Amino acid sequence: MDLNIIWFLLVGILIIGYAVLDGFDLGVGIIHLFTKDENEKRINLNAIGPVWDGNEVWLLTGGGALFAAFPIVYATVFSGFYLAFMLLLAALIFRAVSFEFRKYSEPKDKKYWDLAFGIGSLVPALLYGVAIGNILRGLPIDVKGAYHGSFLGLLNPYALAVGAVSLVMFVMHGAIYMTLKTDGLLRDKMIRRANTSWIVFVLLYFIATFMTIFSGRWLFESVLGFPIFWILLALLFITIIYIPIGLKTKRFGNTFTASTLIITSMILLVALSLFPKLVPSSLDLGYSLTIYNASSTPRTLETMLIIAIIGVPIVLVYTIWIYRIFRGKVELNKDSY
Amino acid sequence: MDAVLLARIQFAMTIGFHFLFPPLSIGLGWMIFISELFGKKNQNYKAIGYFFGKILGLIFAVGVATGIVMEFQFGTNWSEYSKFVGDIFGAPLAAEGIFAFFLESTFLGLYIFGRKKVSKNVHVFASLMVAIGATISAFWIIVANSWQQTPAGFIVQNNRAELTDFWAAVFNPSTLVRFFHTLDAALISGAFLWAGISAYMILKNKQTEIAKVSLRFAIIFGLIVSLLEVYPFGHEHGRVMARTQPEKFAAIMGLYNSQNAAPMVLFAFPTNMPPDLKAKIEIPGLLSWLALGDVNARLKGINEFPADEIPPLFLTFVSYHNMVVLGMYFILIMALSAYKIRKKTLWENKKLLKVLFWSIPLPLIASQLGWMAAEVGRQPWIVYHLLKTKDAVSVSVGAGEILFSIILFALIYVLLFRVLFVLLKKKVNNGFELLTEEAI
Repeated sequence: MDLNIIWFLLVGILIIGYAVLDGFDLGVGIIHLFTKDENEKRINLNAIGPVWDGNEVWLLTGGGALFAAFPIVYATVFSGFYLAFMLLLAALIFRAVSFEFRKYSEPKDKKYWDLAFGIGSLVPALLYGVAIGNILRGLPIDVKGAYHGSFLGLLNPYALAVGAVSLVMFVMHGAIYMTLKTDGLLRDKMIRRANTSWIVFVLLYFIATFMTIFSGRWLFESVLGFPIFWILLALLFITIIYIPIGLKTKRFGNTFTASTLIITSMILLVALSLFPKLVPSSLDLGYSLTIYNASSTPRTLETMLIIAIIGVPIVLVYTIWIYRIFRGKVELNKDSY
Repeated sequence: MDAVLLARIQFAMTIGFHFLFPPLSIGLGWMIFISELFGKKNQNYKAIGYFFGKILGLIFAVGVATGIVMEFQFGTNWSEYSKFVGDIFGAPLAAEGIFAFFLESTFLGLYIFGRKKVSKNVHVFASLMVAIGATISAFWIIVANSWQQTPAGFIVQNNRAELTDFWAAVFNPSTLVRFFHTLDAALISGAFLWAGISAYMILKNKQTEIAKVSLRFAIIFGLIVSLLEVYPFGHEHGRVMARTQPEKFAAIMGLYNSQNAAPMVLFAFPTNMPPDLKAKIEIPGLLSWLALGDVNARLKGINEFPADEIPPLFLTFVSYHNMVVLGMYFILIMALSAYKIRKKTLWENKKLLKVLFWSIPLPLIASQLGWMAAEVGRQPWIVYHLLKTKDAVSVSVGAGEILFSIILFALIYVLLFRVLFVLLKKKVNNGFELLTEEAI
């Protein structure tokens, strides 16, 4: 295994870490849009309050790692998705300030920060999928690696379908997370939300997968021969089927693990079908950015690997420790949001 | 307007706004840690730490929000730059995420929400981790910036800068001096915010006894860090700059013609075409002595550099000199306040308390001016002597798109600033609260 493949995996792990952890934050934020009662709103906010910021760091670190390991992808995709990216950043800004600003606002102003939290979660949840959809479909990249697309071109039916999948997936993930953080009637409400979003998710997942066969047939060409593809697919289907069972039998911890595995296996499937490409070109697959033609030098990849080997275990240790401290149902007190 | 200028305006605006908050987080972070440490035995310090912890929560949130933009902006707006430097520049950004952001964010959550869930010692430890995380973050981002100023540990091949020596790139000639200079500026910013708020509470008769303790702490802390900023940190930074970036040094010092025994210009109006200084007050030989340790040493002036490689003269001179004036003011005001505390007359000295309150924004302004001198002084290069700013922007992004995002961020930032200001004011007016045993 060479350094480029290791970094392909490490960037993948950072993306999975982000999607799993901040994924439930985004889901809770979207659920917040449909929450009317002030006490329930506060439970939403405080269920993720102590941890959401640390979760978002996975995104920042992923961005930094992409810059360090595959700078051509960082430069091409981010400048190519310019307006969409600005929209994403604006949404993330509003979400980031909404917790503290809502906490100290007058009661009559709290509704604006509820909206900032909700929309600031909904827009990223949708746009991440739209971005993945466009990458799976291929971007108009020429032989020199220059991007030739437009903002409206990003909003094609296929990418929007993938965006809808990611949106609903995060709502489901968030609702399942909330079953761990709530009790009684409120938990029943979260179970219903999880079930509803599960149905919509399954439906959209099949539609999007069906569309993939037409928009990117080549994605399936090599992977069908890999046993790992079939293992991941089996894992995905088993965990999808488990969700309603877990919710019915009130095994919420297991259900949350299942939805974590759904996200993980979906991202791995996407990565596997792209490999070794990072960004396929829709003009000619030969122009695609790959883990070899878009990477940093071996020396940098090696240095970064050492940084990751030192840093990531430390991060995991204290992150797990702090999740354990805040485990259990939400309790509201004077320091809460 | 052309895309390069717009991209520069956007970067200046987003980084300038962002750079108001991390310095405060660093300064407050360390001061809160000290308060929490004293607070283990002292109820007043406990209340002080608790109060400023809330202030930090608000400021940190805006810092995080505006920082997200920065992590991605090199890719969105400066794709050619990203391609050229990615092999070197990406690593510190990733290291900042792994070693700093996780630490800071995760432990701030524990610090603010975990008071009742963990022991006192763990809670103090959490505040220490927040301060350390913020400081490590400053280190890595300054590594990245310093590499743009004084690149090292690389060779240029395959149309990009490729890493040859990681530690040489990290500890390039200007990293450490810039780090200490900037870190200390952050501590000064924290001290003045702390002192200003405490002074305000004394003026408004809010929990005066706690506010006095808080103010005394901020003044002592502020005096020490203000002195250190001039010597050794500012001084050493200047010396390194004279050696590594002589064009920038000449521009900010107003040294337009090479000379022996170069003077330190204390005050002047710079004029362009030909560059000159009007109404100047100067001390002969001082600049040569500060830069090279010899009163008679010869320093290179702007006239010795190619005309298309010199930075804007007016902006660099003015921003640097105003920063220095403010730096002197910080020492003066902190020393005066410390003297009045010794004489036990500060508490009744309404004028000085008011001055302390109104001085809150000044260290932030000084920091902005310092950065302007540093970054404008690097022009026309984005990476000193390697890549020009005009060749670094994203080729696939049009001027219209950049203009749109400038307007978008400007509107958002005005809104954020306004709300933050209103909420901070409200929080300050609520004053300190003593933590009862069950609330601890």
